[in-house]
Amino acid sequence: MTREEVIADLQSRFGDDIVELVDKSHNRVYMEINPRAITWVGTYIFRDLHARFNIASATDMPHHMEILYHFTIEDIDLMVNVRVKLPKDAPKIHSLASAIWALDWIEREMHELLGIEFIGHPDPRRLLLPDSWPEGVYPLRQDYREWDKTAVRDRGV
Amino acid sequence: MGRTVIPIGPFHPLQEEPEFFTLTVEGETVVDIDVRIGYNHRGIEKLSESKNFDNSTFVVERICGICSTSHPFAYVRAVEDIFPVEAPPRAKYIRTIIAEGERIHSHLLWLGLAGHFLGYNTVYMWAWKLREEILDVMEILSGNRNNYAMFRPGGVRRDIKAGDIPAVLAKIDSIVPTLEMIKKAVLDDPVLHARLEGIGILSRQQAIDYSALGPTSRASGVARDVRKDSPYGAYGELEWDMIVTSNGDVFDKAVIRILETFQSIRIMKYCLEHLPEGEIDLNLGEIPPGEGIGHIEAPRGETFHYVKSDGTNRVIRHKVRAPTFMNLPTYKSTVVGYTISDATIILAAIDPCYCCTERIAVRDTHDRKIFDGNDLIRLSREKTERIRRKLGYR
Amino acid sequence: MSMTLKALLKSPWVFHLSTGSCNNCDIEVLDCLTPRFDVERFGILLAGSIRHSDVLLVTGSCNRMSVERLKKLYDQVPKPCLVVGIGTCAGSRGVFIDSYNCPVPLDHIIPVDVYIPGCPPKPEAIIAGVVKLIQKVGNG
Repeated sequence: MTREEVIADLQSRFGDDIVELVDKSHNRVYMEINPRAITWVGTYIFRDLHARFNIASATDMPHHMEILYHFTIEDIDLMVNVRVKLPKDAPKIHSLASAIWALDWIEREMHELLGIEFIGHPDPRRLLLPDSWPEGVYPLRQDYREWDKTAVRDRGV
Repeated sequence: MGRTVIPIGPFHPLQEEPEFFTLTVEGETVVDIDVRIGYNHRGIEKLSESKNFDNSTFVVERICGICSTSHPFAYVRAVEDIFPVEAPPRAKYIRTIIAEGERIHSHLLWLGLAGHFLGYNTVYMWAWKLREEILDVMEILSGNRNNYAMFRPGGVRRDIKAGDIPAVLAKIDSIVPTLEMIKKAVLDDPVLHARLEGIGILSRQQAIDYSALGPTSRASGVARDVRKDSPYGAYGELEWDMIVTSNGDVFDKAVIRILETFQSIRIMKYCLEHLPEGEIDLNLGEIPPGEGIGHIEAPRGETFHYVKSDGTNRVIRHKVRAPTFMNLPTYKSTVVGYTISDATIILAAIDPCYCCTERIAVRDTHDRKIFDGNDLIRLSREKTERIRRKLGYR
Repeated sequence: MSMTLKALLKSPWVFHLSTGSCNNCDIEVLDCLTPRFDVERFGILLAGSIRHSDVLLVTGSCNRMSVERLKKLYDQVPKPCLVVGIGTCAGSRGVFIDSYNCPVPLDHIIPVDVYIPGCPPKPEAIIAGVVKLIQKVGNG
């Protein structure tokens, strides 16, 4: 399929769930979808369009929490970035990790660094942070403040 | 038969970085593996948010020492993708030269470590001695053996002087004979074939399911390489071969890395001989609001950076994903089912750069530690010895 | 320092550990053992276990998880043992000073005898640093 065919296919297949589709450049497409559709959109792009999953980036925006799932369709050099916007007070979304193995670790990381809940994740343990890190403190959030009273942040001169 | 759990790491002398693997073993066979990363997590994504676009380049260089150039390369491509804009041709060639130089030194480093784990200490010493020549080349070109600080959004920071190029080409040519010797020694050695073939197999479908990257996926027949799929730098303008094999075992991964080193030499020489004239920097100025993605092929696979800007010259969000993050989970399929003697070399086969991703324990059911990382290396070398004797070598 | 230490430092066994580093310093330390620099000719050997080491070469910016291990390991080292902090990260955490996962510098956790700055320090600098340490101990 050419890139235009891919875009047309996504629009016709998921039209109701697509909030916005931005055709940014010859190799970048940003598609915002309704969060409830992530499972079927994600698995369609991964399996049926034979895309490779690059990674997912989650950002703490001023009024919402956002996740971008990055997929690359290598044959046509097109990166399809699927955006979902989640409410800040309860950022929850269905986990894709059981369907796509490649998503396992990144969902764990997004959970511990930003507090996003992935419903149905098979193994929601900590990935990067130590066990001594307090619960409920999410370092990548904008309102994160230093909680460790013993931390030394000056250079001692 | 009872299950035994083997921890490897986190501090063990030959594995440079702290990492924590726990192998569960039944007799000699590994039945499960758990990986605990986080010993290198330094919060770089958060640090980036307090820096401006130029300074972030230097922070990301220190994510990983071995693939230190791949991160700034992907990062500056991400910043350029916000506009989008392309660096000038001379800058692209210089970036390619530095990136390939890094690939050569990284693969040689891996070769040395693999040799050490298998008991071929001569390979270790030869490979690292050869690596010093490449580090000399990088020092001539950039001023430092590691951490070259050559990248900036919009171009490169330093030019390559025409007067340096003959010396650099001569040094690169000087390593080829030894590299040929190592290639023959590895490809023709029946002991290595017996030792590494059929070990740690990642099937084609598994490589796709895990979205494995780099030599790890190319060894399984999944022909993915960002330099071919999404050409950047000078890669689209010159002839080079992507090395793909199909067995997915440790031997294939070793072969791919050795052959890729020759391709890198080819690319580096071409770029040095055909360096276009012109500027080396676009002088970008203010970065507009928007988002950008940069991905490049590091020695271990695709390095991916995502950057979000709001027009204030500070990074609002910087997502860093190193290739080992996608390759480490493949251990669930490549280590399980094989013996503990093979564990070390299978773990080393993906060329794990834990510091990019952010160290092995074997315990018995009474939670007593029965093996450590040292023991596993010893077991690996003993297996090589057994194979040598079986094949009639002394 | 003691007679034991002076004697041990005639052929120091070094143990290298990383507390969360980018690995550049670690590679440069291993480089010292390879043919170009070859510190084995001075009797400096890489110890197989921390219990056999005389000198600890520490790199890294003291990441929280690594620090827990570091403290346990330091207790296992037979004293007297000297500590060399290699790299800017081991000195002051360098660029990671504001990192949420690197709260304190190395010398707040274990006593450091020699600092070798650099990012990474070249093998020549590392050898010079270890030699300075041996001379410092030799001079009492």
